[in-house]
Amino acid sequence: MKKTLSIITILLLTFIYSFSSFAGDDGKLNLKNKKNGSYEVKDCFEKVNRGIFAFNQVIDKIVFKPLAKGYRIFPQPIRSGTSNALNNLSNVVTIPNNILQGQMKDAGVNSARFVINTTIGIAGIFDVASYYGLKKRDKEDYGQTLGVWGSGPGCYFVLPVLGPTTVRDSIGSLANIVGGDAWYNVTVANDTQYFSEVDYYSSRLISGIDFRAKNIESFDSLEKNSVDLYASVRSLYLQDRNRKIGNIDETTETLSDDDWEELETQ
Amino acid sequence: MKFLKYFIIFIFILNFQNNLFAKDPSALINEIVDEAAAVLSSEDPIEAKIIKLNIIAESSVDIEGIGMYTLGKYRKTISEDEKSKYQKLFRSYFLKSFSSRLVDYTNPKINVVSQKKINAKYTIVNSILEATSKRPQVKIDWRIYTKNPDKPLIRDLIVEGLSLARTQKEEFNSIIQNNDGNINALFKTLEEFIIK
Repeated sequence: MKKTLSIITILLLTFIYSFSSFAGDDGKLNLKNKKNGSYEVKDCFEKVNRGIFAFNQVIDKIVFKPLAKGYRIFPQPIRSGTSNALNNLSNVVTIPNNILQGQMKDAGVNSARFVINTTIGIAGIFDVASYYGLKKRDKEDYGQTLGVWGSGPGCYFVLPVLGPTTVRDSIGSLANIVGGDAWYNVTVANDTQYFSEVDYYSSRLISGIDFRAKNIESFDSLEKNSVDLYASVRSLYLQDRNRKIGNIDETTETLSDDDWEELETQ
Repeated sequence: MKFLKYFIIFIFILNFQNNLFAKDPSALINEIVDEAAAVLSSEDPIEAKIIKLNIIAESSVDIEGIGMYTLGKYRKTISEDEKSKYQKLFRSYFLKSFSSRLVDYTNPKINVVSQKKINAKYTIVNSILEATSKRPQVKIDWRIYTKNPDKPLIRDLIVEGLSLARTQKEEFNSIIQNNDGNINALFKTLEEFIIK
């Protein structure tokens, strides 16, 4: 029972975290139609998803948003240090995914960053590696790796508390708890004398709050100006995942859209 | 032969004038960012700020083009009357949404860092919204419609790789789809947003 509860909790926290790392992502089930470099994603259970989305909005208002506002009371150096330490910790998932995606240079840079920041940077609180010219790279996860390997997103759906996801991204998240996340392995999966389960759950929760705190105004603005907030969040989630899987930085590559070419107003 | 000579001179002058008056897309962004920052940091009441921001938007954003883009596939199936009604509603919706998003910022600092011409019709201008104590730095790219080089117009804002126009398009299409393809459902939603 305890184990089941742990797995559910981890899944929830993982999803909160993955939701936070997007600011709006994407995912669907009918993968065959590839258009403009991205898959057409099907919202398979839209009515149910909209219900869960509304529930999540309530949870956000009464739990996560107040926590995020409280977190903002801490001085900026404390928040930056926390954010740096959590980013540093995420390297234990990013590095294996760099390797799985064939990004050997990124794997090397991230490994060096992890060693330097964990030691000289005192558990990652200070980003000393950037000072030495090892600039921060994008985070990678197992959902992205599956995407890079050619897996389509599958159905888009919304999970209670955890937020938007796709079949592919959910499977990717499961990889974290079956050995793919070294931090999970030393805190929850194996009984070490140095860390406990609380360390893992706390780090996940703080990651979610840290993200939410950085985006309070953006979320408020989105909520205030959307005529269909559910559809906006779905679009943002899917755009973000698509961009991350393609490892694309160039706007010109991410937003090719025939509609723009057709429209003449001048 | 003489005619040909004059013709060549005429073409040369015309081309020279075009280059002379063509506006650089980065300059457009710098200009509107400065104008908007001046409005937002002023002591004017919010209502006055909104009016001024709307004037900036009407002169620098291709509201008609964005409106047609956000209709997606439906722009090809609706009647001319519906199109005309939609354009009016969209203009009001856009301006309200635009000023409402901006008016919360007091003094945003946006620096243009580069630009890239995609084709004759589009240039992407890359900029950075500087970090504050509340939020990290934000990367904002602007899709500029440059078919008429004398009057470049903004067609999209891409915030951290996420297109606002595309998000809007999917939002509108979702409303129409969930109402059995009835465009009036979108009109009703836009009307409600405008009067709220």
